[in-house]
Amino acid sequence: MRSIIKTPLAVLAATTMLSGMAVAQDDLSGTLRIFSDMSNPAPRAIIEGLAADFDAMHPDLTVELTVVDREAWKTQIRNALSANPPDVVNWYAANRMRPYVDAGLFMDITDWWDAGDYDGLDSVRGAMTLDDRQWGVPYTYYQWGVYYREDIYNELGLSEPTTWDEELANCQAIIDSGRSCYTIGTRYLWTAGGWFDYLNMRTNGFDFHMALARGEVPWTDERVRQTFANWRQLIDMGAFIPDHQTYSWQDALPYMVNGEAAAYLMGNFVVPHLREAGLTDDQIDFYQFPIITEGLPQGEDAPTDTFHVPSGAQNVEAARAFLAYITSPDVQTAINGPDGLGQLPVNANASVADDEFNQQGFEMLSQNAQGGIAQFFDRDFPAEMASIGMEGLQEFMVFPDHLDDILGRLEQARQRIYD
Amino acid sequence: MTPATPDQTWVQRNRMTITPILFLLPGLLFFIVYVISPIFQSFSISLYEWDGLGQADYIGLDNYRELMTDRSFEVSLWNNVKWLVLYLLAIPAGLFIALFLNQTVPGIRLYKSLFFFPFVLSQVVVGLVFSWFYLPREGLLNAVLGLFGAGPVNVLGDPGLATYGIIAAGLWPQTAYCMILYLTGLNAVNPEQIEAGRLDGAKGWRMLWHVVLPQLKPATFIAFVVTIIGALRSFDLISIMTNGGPFGSTRVLSFLMFEKALSEYGFRMGYGSAIAVVLFLIMLIFIGYFLWQMWHDERVARR
Repeated sequence: MRSIIKTPLAVLAATTMLSGMAVAQDDLSGTLRIFSDMSNPAPRAIIEGLAADFDAMHPDLTVELTVVDREAWKTQIRNALSANPPDVVNWYAANRMRPYVDAGLFMDITDWWDAGDYDGLDSVRGAMTLDDRQWGVPYTYYQWGVYYREDIYNELGLSEPTTWDEELANCQAIIDSGRSCYTIGTRYLWTAGGWFDYLNMRTNGFDFHMALARGEVPWTDERVRQTFANWRQLIDMGAFIPDHQTYSWQDALPYMVNGEAAAYLMGNFVVPHLREAGLTDDQIDFYQFPIITEGLPQGEDAPTDTFHVPSGAQNVEAARAFLAYITSPDVQTAINGPDGLGQLPVNANASVADDEFNQQGFEMLSQNAQGGIAQFFDRDFPAEMASIGMEGLQEFMVFPDHLDDILGRLEQARQRIYD
Repeated sequence: MTPATPDQTWVQRNRMTITPILFLLPGLLFFIVYVISPIFQSFSISLYEWDGLGQADYIGLDNYRELMTDRSFEVSLWNNVKWLVLYLLAIPAGLFIALFLNQTVPGIRLYKSLFFFPFVLSQVVVGLVFSWFYLPREGLLNAVLGLFGAGPVNVLGDPGLATYGIIAAGLWPQTAYCMILYLTGLNAVNPEQIEAGRLDGAKGWRMLWHVVLPQLKPATFIAFVVTIIGALRSFDLISIMTNGGPFGSTRVLSFLMFEKALSEYGFRMGYGSAIAVVLFLIMLIFIGYFLWQMWHDERVARR
């Protein structure tokens, strides 16, 4: 098997395997080695359950699962892929795949997509595509947006803003009541990336944002400056909590929980934290980031987590079956449900958990994100541009007057990184 | 040794030479593989553009040229200098605490151990404690400042203050270390010389400067060495307390190298190596001085 895969005749290999799969599911044998970064308690239970179930479904197959700490995996994946690679690994979508695709460490699984392995995943296929080929499958994603204190909004007689003017008026009312509009902790930088994503997508549109991510637009462009000018309106009002550069995103939570800040631009993973801190669902609600430039289709951030098959995988047949299993509607419904990850299923035929925030997020992404779905600042921009960029964004949030200097630095980095 | 006889083998004849070589061999081997060769490897990698996975492209001195224009490198280099200079404060501070504690009163052992305590703590704990101390709203520092009516400062959030805040945290255990070195050194001070000095009318500062300090020279040298090493090992404190931020203002060269070469967004092995080479050259100045000093001392001692 291995020798066939190693030859360029991937098509032949795919056909052999496909016919194998069609005849019987149970001719999988040997060992399937999975390296997963799902190390937080809830995800860990999910992947362990999946591995055990898959093992039970195939009597001749042994599933070996290794769970690596999620942060550590971000650097360990390089070693894992290079020497004695496993059969299935976790990673992230979009540009984050780039180094491993370029180095030939991820297997091109376009044929599996074409063969219909992943029915119902058409909408997320784009996120797995680099150079017109697919390099893995997604298993979960989640929306970003503004989570706010419904009770504070009610107290002040505010409603969810849909335009920038409403947004600014709301924010002024919140500040006048002695609170900050938004809590944020920029110590680890990426939270500022979320703000830039939204402001830029709303000011200049999704396509412009992606062109910037691809390095096709200079950072000193007038349109980029307009994004920062909009951002500065909020900063100058005092919309953000003070000293945010000292806090992690978790450190910033108490501001919202204690009612010192009214809202948080964050991913859906913030909800369990707010609930655990004692806020009820009557106190928390969600709205889509307001429109800034009229007429631009809205783009949304919805980071996607993925599974990939390393090029050096030994048991490709089992890996293929596992990827099909994990993206199937039933499994998708189960693992993204309220007892699981509490996020959105990637399969259109799966059902979304009966949860206020998952439902709202799903509706927003399927009906109100015509602009397109972005992954996130640090996944859409090349890693190096992302790290220099987010540092600049943090500096801008603290010293808005440094903007010219910051943009000059980012532009210098852009010219070096993309050439 | 038995007298040489013609039927001795080559090994037997040369065992005085072979034995030390054999004993040194494992250590030397590891030293060459894990210390010497990586140094030269860094030199060579710094001439390439390499992400650690794919093809390495030879780009000559471009990495060094980029260093010259890289603001974060400049900031990191200056921070290294600040660390090296300010960390030396641990030596006089340690000396004065040692002099203060070098007396016989009941319970002095307890006081000594209390002063020594911070050195026992892991750097990570020291960093955490100090970052709580500096917290902008809840921190003890601002509570104390508030008593005197001084405004709240966000030490670790202010790019102009953050590095000094971390150095202050590092000085806490380092001072304790120097104190211990001087306490042992003070035990070795010759009482007869003190007595003689006293008869000649030396007191206070003059006694300290002309009689005690010269005798503490070996302790001072060791304190200097460990403090310089400590200043260059500031990585853990920075990582814990600010993670290099705000906007890179607290990075030192080793932290910058880690970020560029090994962190989540890094993997520019060539550029990281170039930073490592610069750091190595800086250390080489100190290493050279230490080696010269030790060689010099040994020669003096042998005479």
